[in-house]
Amino acid sequence: MRRADVTSPATAAGPDQADTPAGPDQARTGPGTAATASGAALTVTELTVDLGGRPVLTGLNLTVGHGQFLGLLGPNGAGKTTLLRAILGLLPHRGDIRVAGKPAAALRGRIGYVPQRHEFTWDFPISVEDVVLTGRSSRLGWLRRPQVADYQAVNTALAQVELDHVRKRPVAELSGGQRQRVLVARALAMDSQLLLLDEPFTGVDMPTAELLTALFGRLAADGRTVIMSTHDLPAAMATCTQIALLRGTIRCHGTPDEVRDPQAWMDTFSVSATSPLLTSIGLTT
Amino acid sequence: MSFFDFLADLTNPMLAFLPKALLMAVMASIICGVVGTYVVLRGMSFIGDAVAHSVFPGLAIAFVLQGSLVLGGAVAGVCTAILVAIFSQHRRLKEDSIIGVFFVAAFAAGIVIISRAPGYAGSLTDFLFGSITGIPTRDVYTVAITGALIITLLVVLHKELVAVSLDRDFARAMGLPVFWLDIVLYVLVTLAIVVSVQTIGNILVLALLITPAAAARLLTDRLVTMMILAPVIGALGAFAGLYLSWGFDLPVGGTIVLVLTAVFLLLWMFAPRHGLLQRSRQRVVAHA
Repeated sequence: MRRADVTSPATAAGPDQADTPAGPDQARTGPGTAATASGAALTVTELTVDLGGRPVLTGLNLTVGHGQFLGLLGPNGAGKTTLLRAILGLLPHRGDIRVAGKPAAALRGRIGYVPQRHEFTWDFPISVEDVVLTGRSSRLGWLRRPQVADYQAVNTALAQVELDHVRKRPVAELSGGQRQRVLVARALAMDSQLLLLDEPFTGVDMPTAELLTALFGRLAADGRTVIMSTHDLPAAMATCTQIALLRGTIRCHGTPDEVRDPQAWMDTFSVSATSPLLTSIGLTT
Repeated sequence: MSFFDFLADLTNPMLAFLPKALLMAVMASIICGVVGTYVVLRGMSFIGDAVAHSVFPGLAIAFVLQGSLVLGGAVAGVCTAILVAIFSQHRRLKEDSIIGVFFVAAFAAGIVIISRAPGYAGSLTDFLFGSITGIPTRDVYTVAITGALIITLLVVLHKELVAVSLDRDFARAMGLPVFWLDIVLYVLVTLAIVVSVQTIGNILVLALLITPAAAARLLTDRLVTMMILAPVIGALGAFAGLYLSWGFDLPVGGTIVLVLTAVFLLLWMFAPRHGLLQRSRQRVVAHA
């Protein structure tokens, strides 16, 4: 990993800061971030989000290339969910967010999203298949009934998460892992090039975590961009093609091999040099 | 009175108000059953109660001005629902507090307004407990047309309302106008309540909205089936309630509510999959 300017050409931030040296609170980026703004799947420039008068994200810059699987890591309250929600246009913010070069606001309903599982009304009387079909809402538009193509998208999404066999079952009867897979299938049914996942592995069993990890990897290999917030640091370091350490802003960004400065992790997670956190990702023994 | 005597009375031209009363009760039950499905599934019972109370000043103003009760109630209910939706956007106060403030204020306004009208005590009783036997024919048409409009809108907006009910953030991310869909649902709940107030009264109308839908939820895990079962249970309850009311000289609204409550309790005990008995059996089998 190398220290780099927040606004190096590779990370494509505002020109007014191009020569600013990296301070302790500024991102360190590696060659793995070398997606130019024009060709990037996602470009976030000087993003600032205040919630309830409190700044959660400040001057955040992030560029993610096509086909990347980015792990967004940080402690609770670091702003991971806030960043995802800002990209989706769910929060008022300052700064510029572009998806494939277009303003994110213009692509409302075209960005795949897997929220945290507790945000879904699981006791609603609806089948797995019908939940996944709601992922087609924005493509369907108002007053239109689902067509053959929509059901095909649902079938494909269910097959990808291996839930074909429970398609008619009420979602209330599913296990925690199956429920998470339903939410992923709903996002896949949107057939979008950018997929945002908010802690998809929280509370799921190991087989589901492995299945989803392999799936996200395949999606990225196929050219889709996957951005995942997670607390599972070892898994993220092992499976993601990119890692971004976040705490109010991006502290460090690069490939897993590049993001190995213990100090960056200690600063981001407020832990000491002897913390098991560093051991868990192989930075100390 | 036997059931056949009741059927004979229904066809008796001297008792023309009776089939009209039955028609009103059944129509109100069907409308409330369908709308009530969303009210139950989204945990909106308190909003339903609030709207039921908040239509009161509109009914009172319409009564004082000799205007349409349905229109007056609808305007008051919709205004309150929209005020609740707007004030609820303020994060410092939760929605139930806002509802508590507005519906009591609206109800109080209704009491003050109707106290200025001649025949105050009698009309207040009608509002609170319904007066199904004195309904003008034009109101029957109003209820039928309003009901058709409500059910049509629910069918047309079905997939959008389901998406919002399942996951509001995801619905927003999909580009759905969640706030406006909430307003539409509030307005439909209001209209369902307004057209049912004359049947069952201001106080008891919540039962028509909640009880059949809650009973239907005990019978099915499918939304569409629930939306069919709830109005069927409501309509059968209204029919049985009117029969008992007519046969044993009981108040119509109260009798319908008690019949529906009995149906709910029976299903709560004996529903095939989700009844107390079946769940106890499953627990015993699981422990064996």
